[in-house]
Amino acid sequence: MVEIRFHGRGGQGTVIAGKILADAVSKEDKYVQAFPQFGVERRGAPVFAFIRIDEKPIYIRSKIVLPQHVIVVDPSLIDAIDVTEGLKKGGFILINSSRHPDEFQNLGKDFRVFTVDANDIAIRHRLGSKAAPIVNTAILGAVPRIFDFVKLASIVQSVREGVPVNPDENAAAAQEAYDSVIGV
Amino acid sequence: MKKVMMGNHAISYGATLARVQVIAAYPITPQTQVVELLSEIVADQKLKAEFIKVESEHSAMAACIGASSAGARAFTATSAQGLALMHELLHWAAGARLPIVMANINRAMAPPWTIWTDQNDSLSQRDTGWMQIYCQSNQEVLDSVIMAYKVAEKVLMPVMIVLDAFSLSHTYESVDIPDQALVDKYLPAFDYKYKLDVKNPHTYGGLTTPDWYMEFRIKMHEAMEQALVEIKKEAPVFQKVFGRFYDTVDPYMVDDAETVLVTSGTAASTARFAVDQLRAEGKKVGNLRMRVLRPFPFADVRQQLKNAKKIIIVDRDISYGYHGIWAQEVKSALYGHSQVPVFNFIAGLGGRDIFPETYYNIIALVEKKDKPDQELYWVEVKK
Repeated sequence: MVEIRFHGRGGQGTVIAGKILADAVSKEDKYVQAFPQFGVERRGAPVFAFIRIDEKPIYIRSKIVLPQHVIVVDPSLIDAIDVTEGLKKGGFILINSSRHPDEFQNLGKDFRVFTVDANDIAIRHRLGSKAAPIVNTAILGAVPRIFDFVKLASIVQSVREGVPVNPDENAAAAQEAYDSVIGV
Repeated sequence: MKKVMMGNHAISYGATLARVQVIAAYPITPQTQVVELLSEIVADQKLKAEFIKVESEHSAMAACIGASSAGARAFTATSAQGLALMHELLHWAAGARLPIVMANINRAMAPPWTIWTDQNDSLSQRDTGWMQIYCQSNQEVLDSVIMAYKVAEKVLMPVMIVLDAFSLSHTYESVDIPDQALVDKYLPAFDYKYKLDVKNPHTYGGLTTPDWYMEFRIKMHEAMEQALVEIKKEAPVFQKVFGRFYDTVDPYMVDDAETVLVTSGTAASTARFAVDQLRAEGKKVGNLRMRVLRPFPFADVRQQLKNAKKIIIVDRDISYGYHGIWAQEVKSALYGHSQVPVFNFIAGLGGRDIFPETYYNIIALVEKKDKPDQELYWVEVKK
């Protein structure tokens, strides 16, 4: 079983990212469970989402405390909270950032960092506004590049089906993110 | 067709497939998306139904009572304070023998204000005459809504489908949406024999003297006993059509288990996970998931617990000054049939997580005791 935690801020589509990823994984006939941190989310406040993926039915339904991997949708959270809390040794950290993974060595030697400039990709594909780009589909495009539990084709298809507007732009953002992950 | 969806939407799809004709509901977290999606489905004319906006949960149930009395398949959904506000009319729906189906998303009762899960809201409606069915997955939620109408319309008693706030209501997982044609065949249109008809006027619910009141109550009780027969009968029928089996209880590795956990809702799902880990350590532990609270499955509970040396009932609820409510129910069923020590643990109130470790700690504590030395044990609470 793979357990992943998403870190984002309310309004960025972090919970929807979890849902779309669940949908993509499900298309490959794996079992999946995606859920938000159960709370009262506000725009701009730190939010969490979680996903479990397995080859067999998933019965555990408690919160994920010790994730294998972490996806940071909003890099400003790195200074605000400990995104590595409970992260297992050898875990991957995928960060939405224009910076090189080497610049995140302060997160610890036990993890491997990847970056993708999802903000830039989202803005260029006119997803959200310049001030508040909607980056979730770009982040999702980077996922199959570093993890082997889902293919890009499934992500692209689920993005197309799962976004309320602009399926072509969102799908293109996912594809571009896949091609531009740093640290692979 | 498989689709990844949240538990709340699994309810909406279940109600749509059941071709409900009247939906009346008032929004409350965590139930809101249930009626949001249903209102869209009705607005898009994908379901031919009246969607009635009401000013409270009391009115929602009143509207369902009116609709059901006129012979319509009626549906609503609520949580916690909303369910409590319906209380008077829950008795009315059951007493009037109306086959209404409602989803209740378990949310702890306030004060202090909360939106997270526990079962005190639904369990405190135990004696209103509603069947109660507790689910552990989104698939079970969708399927149970369809089955609920089948049973309700056979025995003319209402059904409450119960699921945990957030850990089901807002959790996305893959759900098989059955073909409408199959559902239509399984659940034909409802023809209510006693429906309101201006051409054939009757009096309903009028003043009833002590000469007759009790006979109405006997008929309700008999209908509930028959409901148990129908639930058991429907399990293989449903399985034949849809490939999934739902009984009154859901045993997991209980046959050779020395210690059996008795659980419900999503806490039961996590208990099943915990049982696998404990078995891997060589511990003979099993889990009995309680699915149906009313009508109470006495025979199944006694049968499934007959080999246990110790029974542990984990309640996500509390009857203040007594035990957990499931513990009362299960102990009462075992009285005179079993001498096995029964331990009662209270866990996960107000949405506190119930982890596999919660069960490991419970099992470790029970291993040290021959019999309970307290009426109940609180799990993982601050001093």
